[in-house]
Amino acid sequence: MKLIEDANKEAVKRILEGEPRLIDILPAREVLKGLKEKMILHAGPPITWDRMCGPMRGAVAGAIVFEGWAPDLKAAEQLAASGGVEFHPNHHFGAVGPMTGMTTVSMPLFVVENAKFKNRTYCAINEGLGKVMRFGGNDESVLNRLRWLRDVFGPQLAKAIRALGSIDLKSITARGLSMGDELHQRNLACSSVFLREVAPTMARVVEDKEQLAECLAFIAKNDQFFLNLAMPMGKAMTDPAKGIKGSTVVTAMCRNGTDFGIRVSGTGDQWFTAPVEMPEGLYFPGYSEKDANPDMGDSAIVETIGLGGFAMAAAPAVAGFVGAGAPSAAANFTRSMSEIAVGQNPEWTIAAMDFAGVPTGIDVRLVVETGIVPLINTGIAHKEPGVGQVGAGVVKAPMGCFTQAVRAIAKELGVS
Amino acid sequence: MSSVVLNEIRKGFYLDSVALMRISREVAAAPGVAEAALMMGTPANVAIMKNAGLLKDGKTNAQGNDLILAVRAESEAAGREALALAEKALDKPKTQGESAEAWRPRSIAAAVKSIDGLNLALISVPGDFAAAEARKALSRDLHVMMFSDNVSVEDERSLKELARERGLLMMGPDCGTAIINGAPLAFANNVKRGGIGVIGASGTGTQEVTCLISEAGGGISHAIGVGGRDLKKDIGGITTLMAIDALDADPATERVVLISKPPHPDVAKAVLARIAKSPKPYVICFIGAKSAELPPNARFAATLKQAAELALDGRPISKGYDAGAEAKRHARRKGASKIEGLYSGGTLCAEAQVILASGGRKVASNAAIPDVPDLAAPEANGRERIIDLGSDEYTKGRPHPMIDPSVRDDALRAALKDPSVAVILVDVVIGYGAHSDPAGHLVQVVEKRGKDAPLIVGSVCGTEQDPQIRSAQARRLQDAGILVAPSNADACKLALALVTSG
Amino acid sequence: MSDEKKSPVQKLLSTEVKVVNVGLEGFVKDLKHCNIGVVHVDWSPPAGGDPAMAALLAKLGV
Repeated sequence: MKLIEDANKEAVKRILEGEPRLIDILPAREVLKGLKEKMILHAGPPITWDRMCGPMRGAVAGAIVFEGWAPDLKAAEQLAASGGVEFHPNHHFGAVGPMTGMTTVSMPLFVVENAKFKNRTYCAINEGLGKVMRFGGNDESVLNRLRWLRDVFGPQLAKAIRALGSIDLKSITARGLSMGDELHQRNLACSSVFLREVAPTMARVVEDKEQLAECLAFIAKNDQFFLNLAMPMGKAMTDPAKGIKGSTVVTAMCRNGTDFGIRVSGTGDQWFTAPVEMPEGLYFPGYSEKDANPDMGDSAIVETIGLGGFAMAAAPAVAGFVGAGAPSAAANFTRSMSEIAVGQNPEWTIAAMDFAGVPTGIDVRLVVETGIVPLINTGIAHKEPGVGQVGAGVVKAPMGCFTQAVRAIAKELGVS
Repeated sequence: MSSVVLNEIRKGFYLDSVALMRISREVAAAPGVAEAALMMGTPANVAIMKNAGLLKDGKTNAQGNDLILAVRAESEAAGREALALAEKALDKPKTQGESAEAWRPRSIAAAVKSIDGLNLALISVPGDFAAAEARKALSRDLHVMMFSDNVSVEDERSLKELARERGLLMMGPDCGTAIINGAPLAFANNVKRGGIGVIGASGTGTQEVTCLISEAGGGISHAIGVGGRDLKKDIGGITTLMAIDALDADPATERVVLISKPPHPDVAKAVLARIAKSPKPYVICFIGAKSAELPPNARFAATLKQAAELALDGRPISKGYDAGAEAKRHARRKGASKIEGLYSGGTLCAEAQVILASGGRKVASNAAIPDVPDLAAPEANGRERIIDLGSDEYTKGRPHPMIDPSVRDDALRAALKDPSVAVILVDVVIGYGAHSDPAGHLVQVVEKRGKDAPLIVGSVCGTEQDPQIRSAQARRLQDAGILVAPSNADACKLALALVTSG
Repeated sequence: MSDEKKSPVQKLLSTEVKVVNVGLEGFVKDLKHCNIGVVHVDWSPPAGGDPAMAALLAKLGV
């Protein structure tokens, strides 16, 4: 249908034209319009306390104590259960967050601006590996780390970013793709390049040598540091493509551990949700499927812009590790994803596929037609709060979201 | 004996109909199993399974994209074993000789996007989905050959008009045979290349004519299939007319043979008028028509064999074969006088009716030519039955007999036991797409027949270059005491001679 | 006749046939045996076999 084809071309054009740049780090209360005390933003589509999974509840309790809205975790849970805090998706406030995705007023957030369209998106700083709030961790060690991020790391890194003016996230991504990253499960190369870009300036702007050492070490030992930049980069690129009449291109994919939600350009902010699926993958020693938490996090925004599972061909090692098959099968994943995408990104190419661009612009019609759902590379959390990551794998987006979206677009266009 | 019905559903698991049939047959043969079927859960298939008593409590939750495994066995244990056998067969690796990691596109769109130079889509998906797939192919400038049938006339018309608009060939629906620029497509034979072009609304008609020409030393430029309904009034010969244009303009084609069941008179008129404008000589074979008013550059052939002979400029085919002399060498069964025709090829069945009727026999058929009664009609009583086993009523939920010869087995066994049958007439069609050893299969079914069984007369439709090798198939049949004639027409003549001699 | 003047059907009759096979996989091995280029589409009914959804998708131009 010409209306749809033209609308989709426009949507992909806007996504590809994006110029996402990291420009600052600021407390959430200063940048998220409407975010107040006793409000908790979470990953995924809207959800209530009674439907939240274990790690999400653990994180909520920890965030409440972190902000001082309750004296301890038990009181925090009671506050949450009694309706004492409001829950909202990160996406409703222009933000994204990995796994549990907790965002509250005093947390320092990366500020990413799309220089082409002037829109901005936000994301908290990646805490690192092990016992962290994004996996539901909420003890003193977790909260102390959050305090350090709020009081030391955030402000110091912010000074360096402001001194640099801005950092171009697209070009770091392009380099990472040529070095074995796919930007969801593997961000080691991008994180290293990022450190290379900020370290010299940090050395100049951070006055206390001890703090400088701590800050550099924090980035250096976190292989996934760049994930929390790739995510707002993704949202910054897709937000301008929202609301194009008749477009069937996906602008967001996210999960809250219970529901999977997508948004489609032609239907604006409407959520299409369905129960999340279980990831399939490999587990760290001592863990197995019975320990796994259902799929969670706003990080599926990276697949929405053609990275992660869509760029698997750039990271064959990930394919093997996440149990998705032999490394040589990695290219087939990307080829499959091309079947449900409108176009390719000429700036993000995969050498192993003769420099084909990553598939961009997921078309919900093609998903339903072919039966091929987006494949998401994901970490697997332990279903008990606070234990952390127990494996990595691949998870399928549920078909239900896409069939609902097709019906909604058809209704929108008066087609039955 | 109590009967246990077991069902299992594999959600979202799709396998093509032929692959499922093979597995169904394997499972049905398992010990203690009365009936078994593996089918996709479409409403039509669910009805078939329900009627066969294969659905537990007569119902199922399966949807169109789910696979239903159903078994009716004499015990729970036998049923479970049979289901396990089915599971094993389903989980076998799909393709041999292809790397398991090879990427397979899931759509025509993806195939065209990723591979250069594709120019023809061969479509054999279930009828409900075939038209949509053809549209996708045509809109991407692919010519289409559609083996699928059970496509509506309206869809066929709309597809052929779309194809014509874009200058593309829409061969089908219900088109089983084509040879394009030396490439045999679907059910076709390895024939020699030469100057004779064929336009066929019939699969086995095209196969028989191209094989007879090739075996007689002639050659084929192209054989363009148009689908069984192209010359009906509703379609108006759209593809046939395009094929005429194409062969007229083709430098490799010197003369053309047109094969079809008799067209609607208006369509025949239009087609013949177009042929009159052609610089090339045409042979018109409307099987079952007595004659036609032809332009000066066209000649009429009443049978496929005659069509081949006229195409070869009058060179006789199987010149040395004397059906009468051959018939004298075999004694007819006492008290039996009837010919029974059991055909896998529809047009071969039609040719048989033509020859037997003009030889004075009273025949009836489920795929009757003009002036021959339908098998179900009251006039058919007592007539000789010439049956097309590839017709719709036999292929609902079963593969075509050319793919799976066992469709003919029951009818053969029944005919062998029928005291009124003197001669059984069969066709053995080889070539690409066909069974790997149709003669061997036939022999297995009939070899235990007694000395007093009906005579079996047949022909092998194929060439020496076909994978099954024509002469090897003929020898296999002859070694089992089956009388093999050089063409279907000759086989019919032999059958006639056998029942009218002595 | 130069290639540009040929109709699509004339082009087909004078070039190598390259097939995209949609449906019965059995046809593929025969085509390969004859050295005909063929790609097999791993086809399954669109929209999970739901005819109403398949019809809707067709109207939306897929």
